[in-house]
Amino acid sequence: MAMTRTPVRRVVDYTVLSVLAFIFALPALYLFLGSLKPSDEILNGLSGFLPTHLSFDNYAAVLDSLSSDSTGYFWQFMGVSVLLAFVVVTGGLIVNSMAAYGLTRLKWRGRNAVFALVLLLMLIPFESVAVPLFYMFNGQRNTIYIQALPFMANAFAIYQFHTFFRNIPPSIEEAARLDGAGPWRTFFAIIVPMSKPVFASVAILTFLIQWGSFLWPVLMVSDPSVRPLPLEMSVFQGQQPPDWGQILAFGVLLVLPVLIVFAFFQRWFVEGVASSAVKG
Amino acid sequence: MKTVEPAHAAAPGRAQATSSAPSAKPSRPPRGNRDWLHGLLMSAPAVGGLIAFVGIPFGYAVVLSFYNVRLGSPLEPTFFGVEHYRRLFTDPDLSGPFLRALLNNLTFAAVVVPLQTGLALALAILLNRKLKAIGLFRSFFFMPVVFPMALVAVIWRLILARSEQGMLNSLLNAVTFGNWGAFDWLGDSLTAMGSIIVLSVWQGVGFQMVILLAGLQQIPGELYEAAQLDRASRWQQFRHVTLPGIRGTLVFVAMLTSVLSFRVFDQVYILIRGGGLDEDATRTVMYQAVTTAFDQNNIGQASAITVVFFLIVVALTIVQRRVVRPENED
Repeated sequence: MAMTRTPVRRVVDYTVLSVLAFIFALPALYLFLGSLKPSDEILNGLSGFLPTHLSFDNYAAVLDSLSSDSTGYFWQFMGVSVLLAFVVVTGGLIVNSMAAYGLTRLKWRGRNAVFALVLLLMLIPFESVAVPLFYMFNGQRNTIYIQALPFMANAFAIYQFHTFFRNIPPSIEEAARLDGAGPWRTFFAIIVPMSKPVFASVAILTFLIQWGSFLWPVLMVSDPSVRPLPLEMSVFQGQQPPDWGQILAFGVLLVLPVLIVFAFFQRWFVEGVASSAVKG
Repeated sequence: MKTVEPAHAAAPGRAQATSSAPSAKPSRPPRGNRDWLHGLLMSAPAVGGLIAFVGIPFGYAVVLSFYNVRLGSPLEPTFFGVEHYRRLFTDPDLSGPFLRALLNNLTFAAVVVPLQTGLALALAILLNRKLKAIGLFRSFFFMPVVFPMALVAVIWRLILARSEQGMLNSLLNAVTFGNWGAFDWLGDSLTAMGSIIVLSVWQGVGFQMVILLAGLQQIPGELYEAAQLDRASRWQQFRHVTLPGIRGTLVFVAMLTSVLSFRVFDQVYILIRGGGLDEDATRTVMYQAVTTAFDQNNIGQASAITVVFFLIVVALTIVQRRVVRPENED
């Protein structure tokens, strides 16, 4: 709100925001602090928040306790998650942006019908096809590709690309055409480079969702060698008795990659989320 | 819209396909219209994927819901009519947990939608000012959104731990001067749903906040200046400028949140399995679908649950489209 701000008001603003932000950050703080503390000092009343006896021992212990074929290996879980995220994000960007371009900027009979189909399929959340997919692909359980394949084509991503592409002035394509470039050339050499914002926001949103993906792995994965991190998180926290230091260290290792991506690319992410919603 | 540099003056030689500059091949005449072919080819992979992994499975869910199907069963699937649906709603053994799951989802939505939307709006308004380091604060409130739900569940399992040493219990003990002992937040049927709600709102509110923030920033500043000239109080400004300005966004957010609250699964599943969460008080429709398919190996029944779930989500989405439309008509 465009109000004239006195210094007093500014102090009040900062105080309110800081207190709220602090409360909001407490669970995350607890996670990071706890991962550095001995296990018996974590679930220990309010002193669980005191930074005492900090060390990276829990991290070493996680890597150590997840290092046999029966438990799986930590780096294997991490590798599976990274691989899946990479495949789903890059594969998704390629097929969805291409489809959006073909459906938005090329004129052909039937494209409206196809686009309507895409919008219709956007209504169907993954949850409502999880059970039949589980039944259909039961023979492919415990493979990497069945964990990635269903998530590459994404109606919402097509829609996001569509809202961006439809605002590109036609003169740009006309110029390319006069120069003799076909639709593919036009798309890859001209449209893609000028559409970085939408690619970035779709990529980050896809990455975020894929990285935390849980329902599909629950149904499709039992073998530790192809198990992604979030599923292993749920297995790891179920150990009896729980070793909280290790569990929290595992948690930090699970969230760190997304936090890093978020730290570097948050502008794209926030803009992407916001713009798709406001336009939608 | 950003303008792109017009194609660089093309090199005289024929540019290879790898070059980013379109070649200046003189007049390859016009749009010999093969666009239909290219359009089809370009959209084929994604549309094919959607049909294979969304369209067909969805149709298959409807079909399966009319059959008695089990994985690995030597018996052929048998036609079952609407028996699965009848059982879901009237057979006491099945309808008990299922109707409870529906009720839980409704409770969750009824609390989370106003709570989360309201909180997100409050945060968005607080953060919609020109202060130094405001971006840092926005990141802070947004941060939990990037936390995988599997991790959020575990953090809150610790905070809500039932022993006296649990974080929340010892905090309450401190503020009541020692009058609070152990309490099993997750395991008690009265507080189990509340716990799920709190952790879900913590994780999700930043998402709605960002959307609302974008909505707020689209309200022209002159409207506030005019309101101030009219000596409108802050509350009046909120009522008559802010609220009408983001009505569409607010409805969108509320509807998005209500659809999301029917999809709740991860946190409930993890905490029931390994966190001592009261199952009956927190089971959701998706939890029912997964346990029916996976643990009871009753694919037909689970598909029927899935179809009911879908009908609810579509109903919510249609309501959303209807309500939002008047604002967004273009």
